[in-house]
Amino acid sequence: MPIQEETIEKVKLATSKYKYGFSTNLDVDKAPKGLNEDIIKLISSKKDEPQWMLEWRLKAFEIWKKMEEPDWAKVNYPKIDYQDIYYYSAPKNTEKLKSLDEVDPQLLETYEKLGIPLKEQKVLAGVAVDAVFDSVSVVTTFREQLAEKGVIFCPISEAIKNYPDLIKKYIGSVIPRHDNYFSALNSAVFTDGSFVFIPKGVRCPMELSTYFRINEKNTGQFERTLIVADDDSYVSYLEGCTAPQRDENQLHAAVVELVAHKNAEIKYSTVQNWYPGDENGKGGIFNFVTKRGSCLGDDSKISWTQVETGSAVTWKYPSCILHGKNSVGEFYSVAITNNYQQADTGTKMIHLGENSKSTIISKGISAGKSQNTYRGKVLMQPGAKNARNYTQCDSLLIGDQCGAHTVPYITSKNPTSNIEHEATTSKISEDQLFYCLSRGLSEEEAVSLIVNGFCKEVMKELPMEFSVEAQKLIGISLEGSVG
Amino acid sequence: MNLLNIDNLHASIGDEKILNGFSLKINSGETHAIMGPNGSGKSTLSYVLSGKDDYNVTQGNILLKNENIIELSADERSKLGLFLAFQYPIELPGVTGMTFLRTIINSSRVAKGLPELEGIELVKIIREKATELNISQDMLKRFVNVGFSGGEKKRFEILQMSLLDPSIAVLDETDSGLDVDALRTVGSGVTNLKNKDKGMLVITHYQRLLDHIVPDFVHIMVKGKILESGGPDLAKIVEKEGYKRFIDAN
Ligand SMILES: Nc1ncnc2c1ncn2[C@@H]1O[C@H](COP(=O)(O)OP(=O)(O)O)[C@@H](O)[C@H]1O
Ligand SMILES: [Mg+2]
Repeated sequence: MPIQEETIEKVKLATSKYKYGFSTNLDVDKAPKGLNEDIIKLISSKKDEPQWMLEWRLKAFEIWKKMEEPDWAKVNYPKIDYQDIYYYSAPKNTEKLKSLDEVDPQLLETYEKLGIPLKEQKVLAGVAVDAVFDSVSVVTTFREQLAEKGVIFCPISEAIKNYPDLIKKYIGSVIPRHDNYFSALNSAVFTDGSFVFIPKGVRCPMELSTYFRINEKNTGQFERTLIVADDDSYVSYLEGCTAPQRDENQLHAAVVELVAHKNAEIKYSTVQNWYPGDENGKGGIFNFVTKRGSCLGDDSKISWTQVETGSAVTWKYPSCILHGKNSVGEFYSVAITNNYQQADTGTKMIHLGENSKSTIISKGISAGKSQNTYRGKVLMQPGAKNARNYTQCDSLLIGDQCGAHTVPYITSKNPTSNIEHEATTSKISEDQLFYCLSRGLSEEEAVSLIVNGFCKEVMKELPMEFSVEAQKLIGISLEGSVG
Repeated sequence: MNLLNIDNLHASIGDEKILNGFSLKINSGETHAIMGPNGSGKSTLSYVLSGKDDYNVTQGNILLKNENIIELSADERSKLGLFLAFQYPIELPGVTGMTFLRTIINSSRVAKGLPELEGIELVKIIREKATELNISQDMLKRFVNVGFSGGEKKRFEILQMSLLDPSIAVLDETDSGLDVDALRTVGSGVTNLKNKDKGMLVITHYQRLLDHIVPDFVHIMVKGKILESGGPDLAKIVEKEGYKRFIDAN
């Protein structure tokens, strides 16, 4: 990076509120900008992929070229030039690493700054970590301990080579390539992500976790995560994300697919803290993510918990397709927007199975000049006898220049099903702030206290080791939102 | 030592002048009572002292421990040792009493340069003080002031006061909404906090609270300033004759 630019970045860093806003200077291996068949072939060959995978990608590319970018969400952003993005960027020398000692120390330092306990001795909390840096999975910890139980937890690029049957069976089975514009794009160019397989009857002995980090400029991140829980198994998976502070917008278009077989349970938690842009709305990540879980088997359960504080624009609806009898889908969400952030997020609960049950708890917090939309779909299909849904959707406003919107789509094709929807909007009042201030709390502490109280129902769903961090994050994201 | 020196304070809200040259000095160890008819500006005085934003201070000064606090924000004033027990405490839906107390205690400890206290220690301290004020564990699990009875609200205010241990406390109509037993509990709770280093400013409508918190000085406030000052006897006169005689005399 030219010296001047570097200086500017450093100054910005020092004065910035986004504490993950640093970038790391690493030697990188980059493909040229732009998207065409050659780039896809290059990605595939970099990953040493089998022919079937390449063909799958090329088909996705064909589909994508015929699609239009969606515009129904309540978000505004400049047109993305898909030819002006790098689709592959990898820190050099990360291939074939066997242990942490071989990882570039600068990279480890970056993860340390991010608060990720990569070093195994530090991972006392028992979290197995897969770390994805730009396009490449850098390191996965605790693999041996997991292997003893038959749990597979590895970069998806490895799984494609080592477990082709599983990948062929499940990839695109929940989110087909043609599902939407971004899923097609992701299917064509995804570079890495995690693969998890929990065998029959196994309760995964530790939390699994992936940290995603976009580092390089003008680089898109297209990760792909696939989690399969076989009959009677259980897994809890955490995902965290950050990006350096950059003036330009960066695109993140991930696809996450979950499959829960009979009586299996998948708990998927996200703390999303992509760079949101500055106070004036410059820069920030465009987060266009497709996440969907399939409760295939009877008595299966999928639970999404998300704390969304980052990104300039978020477009994301983690959903559940409830095929199984008595299957359960849950969505717990906190979405915070400040300054010029825009979030259009929510869920879809599609009930097919008898007695299936879903719960949606959404807490939207808007501050500054931000716009926060909850968009949720509940569909009861004719076969979903006695299915139930409960939706609670609360919005909290801080200041009077922001917006909160609730857009529910409720359809029942079944007279025995039961749908309940509750929604509230409230505001942090001057009196509440004064009351807290008169007890010695700063405005920021007061807002954080009230907001954390507002989100508590969702926060308690997060795994312990995440919830403390998430609470702090809520405080940080709302800095400067009052006064 | 002089703890609070309010000097010729004028304050208004919008176009309405509410405080009109209010002056009062409180030294350590002293308890002062302010009595006055409804609308005389007692609550306004308490808000202006605490640093509520809505008011315009047009004239005068407030010295807290000899530091002029006029320009300070409410939290800074609190950290200097000022506490206000609200006449109408504010509801904080979602925030449990216990969480609130833990947060304000640790925040004040940090301001004093003390280390934050961890879970168990903190809970022990809170429980101990809560028990003295007849506040149940269940009440601390509820959201701050949400659905509290009048008496519960006032007891919760005094609990906060005893935990923050301020050098000067302003109690705004802490007796309103209390039955006889609650009055006694609150009265002794406050009295226990009195000592030679602290000052208290008790705002009340009625003499009855002053049976429990015995003041050294009583001031009669009408239309935004003090009309007359005296000893505890003054409160007895008010009780018997109302405020008319003070208003007529001025
Ligand atoms: N927000 C406000 N806007 C305009 N006038 C107010 C406001 N708050 C209080 N007042 C007026 O100020 C005067 C004093 O009120 P207050 O301080 O509450 O008196 P007290 O506590 O002695 O009963 C009253 O006349 C009241 O109507
Ligand atoms: Mg009053």
